Amino acid sequence: MAADGEAHITVRSLTVAYGDFVVLHDLDFTVRRGSIFVIMGGSGSGKSTVLRHLIGLEEPAKGEVLYGSESFTRAAPEERARIMRRVGVLYQSGALWSSMTLAENVGLPLEEYTDLRPAEIREVAALKLALVGLKGFEEHYPSEISGGMQKRAGVARAIALDPEVIFLDEPSAGLDPVTSRLLDDLILELRDSLGATVVVVTHELASIFAIGDDSVFLDAETRTGIAHGAPRDLLAHSTNLKVRRFLTRGAENGVERNHG
Amino acid sequence: MRHEGNLSITRSGDGALIVRLAGGWRLEAGLPPLAPVEREIHARTTRTLAFDTRELGSWDSALVTFLAEVSALCRARGIAMDQGGLPPGVRRLLELAEAVPEAAGARRTPLRASWLAHVGTDALAVWRDVREALVFLGELVLSLGRLVRGRARFRRLDLFVIVQSCSAEALPIVTLISVLVGMILAFVGAVQLTRFGAQIYVADLVAIAMVREMGCIMTGIIMAGRTGSGFAAQIGTMRVTQEIDALTTLGIPPMDFLVLPRVVALSLMMPLLTVYANVLGIAGGALVSVGMLDVTLVQYVNESNTAVTLTSYATGIGKSVVFGVLVALSGCLRGMQSGKSSSAVGDAATSAVVTGIVLIIVADGIFAVVFHVLGI
Repeated sequence: MAADGEAHITVRSLTVAYGDFVVLHDLDFTVRRGSIFVIMGGSGSGKSTVLRHLIGLEEPAKGEVLYGSESFTRAAPEERARIMRRVGVLYQSGALWSSMTLAENVGLPLEEYTDLRPAEIREVAALKLALVGLKGFEEHYPSEISGGMQKRAGVARAIALDPEVIFLDEPSAGLDPVTSRLLDDLILELRDSLGATVVVVTHELASIFAIGDDSVFLDAETRTGIAHGAPRDLLAHSTNLKVRRFLTRGAENGVERNHG
Repeated sequence: MRHEGNLSITRSGDGALIVRLAGGWRLEAGLPPLAPVEREIHARTTRTLAFDTRELGSWDSALVTFLAEVSALCRARGIAMDQGGLPPGVRRLLELAEAVPEAAGARRTPLRASWLAHVGTDALAVWRDVREALVFLGELVLSLGRLVRGRARFRRLDLFVIVQSCSAEALPIVTLISVLVGMILAFVGAVQLTRFGAQIYVADLVAIAMVREMGCIMTGIIMAGRTGSGFAAQIGTMRVTQEIDALTTLGIPPMDFLVLPRVVALSLMMPLLTVYANVLGIAGGALVSVGMLDVTLVQYVNESNTAVTLTSYATGIGKSVVFGVLVALSGCLRGMQSGKSSSAVGDAATSAVVTGIVLIIVADGIFAVVFHVLGI
């Protein structure tokens, strides 16, 4: 399912630094429209940091992020707000608003950005919750449901406005294998039926191989992206030892294979 | 017209309903209306329902939401819904929405309890609250016992950090409030006493009021606002992030580790802050008296000296220790009782301040009666 559409998000020589401490430097990658792009790498390689730069929560020290042909990094605040309207984000811990019920959590973006009537908002919110398998939990508060359910409710909120781009930060962390699989199916389905571009930050191998069309591999040591391509291709053809070790859960130790 | 889309319903033959969807159906424009479909189904016997989407334009969740409702309606009335006419994307999303059945017992019906039930649950909540407070007090006493025997487990460094945050860091606000309270007392007193030519007694009024009451009460209220709420928020957040569970499983009583140093720190620092507040309050009074009235600074200081006895000074200081304990206790208690969400932590902080101030005022009232009876 290789996506060969136009570039939807382009990252150009992105450098992340706090003072003199460089977290990442000269990172380049392109996310094509309608593809599922995986940002992978070991713990501490800056995966979530890259994501925070893509959605404007942090400013790059150097380089820029483009949405389509528009520079997000140089955009004025109103421009940025307009771009972000078409973006949905699932944060690592769900980040549901604890004083609101699940239906209200999902309904807030709809309430703010559409002209739907309250009853219609409730219906759409119920549908989004049903899509993530949370039918019947509309009136629950986030503290009353399990961590995995919170995560799924977070996905429901991220897709409330049918965004063009969905960012998912560690969607399957803390989920059981079956739920995690369902979430993968959901991600594929959203891409296929709504045509959304999906950017996933994860280190769950099963998920990476199941959904990833394209990827960038971040390395904590050299502090940049050291491999690009479809995860399956990387597994089959990559000659980089770190990438191989990561994709095989460390099973391959030092033996470099070359498929030519 | 709110919709760009177009919905029409036709019947063909016996009991077959065809819903024709045309044009664009997007969230910005609103959902397709369910009412016409409902009306049509109710109006005549319907066995099957099919869709015609040949002229359907762009669509998003608006359409899917509508179809999910139609599907539920059909299921409830035993109508066969033929999804064949729908775009494949819509079909798959519908399938996904219906893939996971509703968990049994998950749905909530809004509770409509009688007022008697409300009174009952509220009374039970009060009782539970009182019981929790008593258990908390009991545990604190045990913890104090361990402290006396030198077995309480907390980090000395924590104690110093807390002492610093509830003493030195509170000085600016205590300074401001005390000086202003002293000035206000002097001003109010001056206006009245000048009418009798008794300006000099402004010094007595300010000194006695500050030392016996205002010094310790104002400091107590300030500490409830800035430190008690801080204790509650910090401990509440530690509950949310399971830090308290981590202490418990390690065998360290949270009572020793978190509550004890806070109670000790605040009850040690409150008297010091109160002394400071007393001095500044009297200084504020002097400022007004010397500035407004025909009183010299020396006269004012001498008059204050004769007005304040050691007993009245001691009562103020003694009360401040009690207020310190009350503020620290209400802060820690509300923090430990906090629920596990960010809004619950906010409630805990609010409740800590309210509890702290109520307890201070009630305790002060009790002290007033006791001191009166004892003739102090």
